[in-house]
Amino acid sequence: MAETHSLQELQTPPASSKIFIQRDYGSGTFCRFHTKLPSELESRVDKQQFEETMQTLNNLYAEAEKLGGRSYLEGCLACLTAYTVFLCLETHYEKVLKKISRYIKDQNEKIYAPRGLLLTDPIERGLRVLEITIFEDRSIGSSR
Amino acid sequence: MLLLLLGQSDHTTHTGEQSDMKNCNYQQIDPKALPMAVPSQSHPPSQHEVQEKEERQPENERRKPRRKWQVFPGKNRFFCDGRIIVARKSGVLPLTLGLILVTTGLFFVFDCPFLVQHLTVCIPVIGGVLFVFVLTTLLQTTLSDPGILPRATPDEAADIEKQIDESGSTGHQSPPRTREVVINGQVVKLKYCSTCKMFRPPRTTHCRVCDNCVERFDHHCPWVGNCVGKRNYRFFYSFIVSLSFHTAFIFGCVTTHLALRAQGGKGLVFALQKSPGRYPLHGESSISFTFFNSFMSYHADPILSLTVPFTAVELLICFLSVWSIVGLSGFHTYLVASNQTTNEDIKGSWSGKSGGETVINPYSHRNICKNCCSTLCGPMPPSLIDRRGFLPEDGCVQTGAGDLELPALTTGNDTNVVGRKCTQGTKGLLESAARSPLLSSSCPQGKPQPVQASTNNHLIVNSDPSLELSNICATTHSTTHSSPPRQTQAHSPPPRRTKTHSPPPRRTKTHSPPPRRTKTHSSRKKKPSTVHIPDPGSGDPAPPTSANAHHQHHHHHHHNRSKSRGVSPRH
Repeated sequence: MAETHSLQELQTPPASSKIFIQRDYGSGTFCRFHTKLPSELESRVDKQQFEETMQTLNNLYAEAEKLGGRSYLEGCLACLTAYTVFLCLETHYEKVLKKISRYIKDQNEKIYAPRGLLLTDPIERGLRVLEITIFEDRSIGSSR
Repeated sequence: MLLLLLGQSDHTTHTGEQSDMKNCNYQQIDPKALPMAVPSQSHPPSQHEVQEKEERQPENERRKPRRKWQVFPGKNRFFCDGRIIVARKSGVLPLTLGLILVTTGLFFVFDCPFLVQHLTVCIPVIGGVLFVFVLTTLLQTTLSDPGILPRATPDEAADIEKQIDESGSTGHQSPPRTREVVINGQVVKLKYCSTCKMFRPPRTTHCRVCDNCVERFDHHCPWVGNCVGKRNYRFFYSFIVSLSFHTAFIFGCVTTHLALRAQGGKGLVFALQKSPGRYPLHGESSISFTFFNSFMSYHADPILSLTVPFTAVELLICFLSVWSIVGLSGFHTYLVASNQTTNEDIKGSWSGKSGGETVINPYSHRNICKNCCSTLCGPMPPSLIDRRGFLPEDGCVQTGAGDLELPALTTGNDTNVVGRKCTQGTKGLLESAARSPLLSSSCPQGKPQPVQASTNNHLIVNSDPSLELSNICATTHSTTHSSPPRQTQAHSPPPRRTKTHSPPPRRTKTHSPPPRRTKTHSSRKKKPSTVHIPDPGSGDPAPPTSANAHHQHHHHHHHNRSKSRGVSPRH
């Protein structure tokens, strides 16, 4: 798929391919991703490292969606104000999403970029998938 | 020609990378053809309903960075530069608003003065609070994103297709277009949405009216002119509950008003009581005089004479609607307590038996309180469609269906592609390939993505924004159009479903309050096509027999879809 165009070959192109980590719906509609290391990455990154990253991400999402005192308080307050408070304040979920973005950026810089990988924040894919881009070192198109 | 095309691109969004872009571009494109980019992010497009029209921007003219809402593929309209989203068909929302405003207005004008005088000043205060609450929650239900799931990027779509083909070839017994997951011990089938090119998450349904997959889809409500889904269900619920109180309150006040008036105009009642037996035509003058007096005073006072008819109107509206609204509130309270959606309730997903086994609702917390809290007071999920994010520089956001077309695009069939005038798409792809740093620039959340400094990723470019244009480059492809437009037929006609449960209109409808399970509300549909879309199955035709047919099918579908939307297939 990542066939390089001749024009592009003049440019840079390490070609790339992408793999997608799908959502894990085993426990409901909560946001969780599969933590298993895909086979394409086995040569690139340590399995434990990867699982740790995924687990941390899952934990962060769980924190965002947690039903607890804080979320109930937020919900009740919002209800009393006819939900206008959502227009003004940043919700807990959004705060955690920012945290997740920072974490992914951090992981990319420290662990994945040196290995030629790039994690894309799932929020940019509508929380459907976690997209991992694999950069080939040579500009040989690796059709995936 | 190619260079010219490249030169037409713009959509530079970040000044930081602009110099890089120009440097890269100089090597291959005519410097004269460079865009005179005006990367002013603070210069968003003018406020108008753009929808998904990728208008053809004049060549080499001002390139305003476009926001994602302008290329949103669903049937929605956007206002205030993407801050407000509504469904394209507003249904009978004007009627809803009109009824609420008119009735409340009449209440304040004709009833409140009298009641304040005779009862208490709290009455207009309470009425006012309720009215504000009703209006606010209605607007929030209408104007917010119900939980739309952005469509799959071309790479995702290709990946899924590949998986489907692989699984299909191994001869699985289940149709390849479904996946099964086990959620809390219950087997749930995930269907593939051919419009959005992904397997729908659980409880997600594709709304035909809005042409979007909506998470935790409840129903499409014509009375609020929007889908009701994960993000705005609590608004909707608050709306109908507060409307119940509001209607009941006005009904009570109006009844009290009329009762007090009748009592106060003693002559009338007194006369009426006395009249049968003791009302001679010319005797008993005191009685007749009293009656005459009150009668005359009634007609002499214009306000007074207007009050009764208008009050009667209010009474009628409230009486008719209170049943339906209260009934609807009761129904939704049941749904909330059992953590179901209207869609599931209608289809009987979690009741009865399936294959000899009793099905249980896997999402329920088995605790009414917890169910209520999680639905109504749970954390507010963010909007996934990032309406106000900027498009990447290529202008051609995605080729939503273009999983196979993508390589064709990039492998130099530019002129071929351009055959459909996908100039922006082509130039965008090639240009973005050249300007990879800019990929990160249009990150939706505003955070620059790391890396990608030197990666030529036309794929990434197209995948970056979470909104895809499923029709732009797909339609540009001279790929096959042989397959019949099954998809469009699935989409375009109004849903056949007998509006089993359309939420009964706010007012003016007599119908019995819905008992729990009967969703047979007769409704006075103004627009049948928009009424109720509980049935998801829109994007699911029978699985294609071959991958080829399937892909052709998609192309044709998107082609037709864009046509049917009136979008001229080209930018």
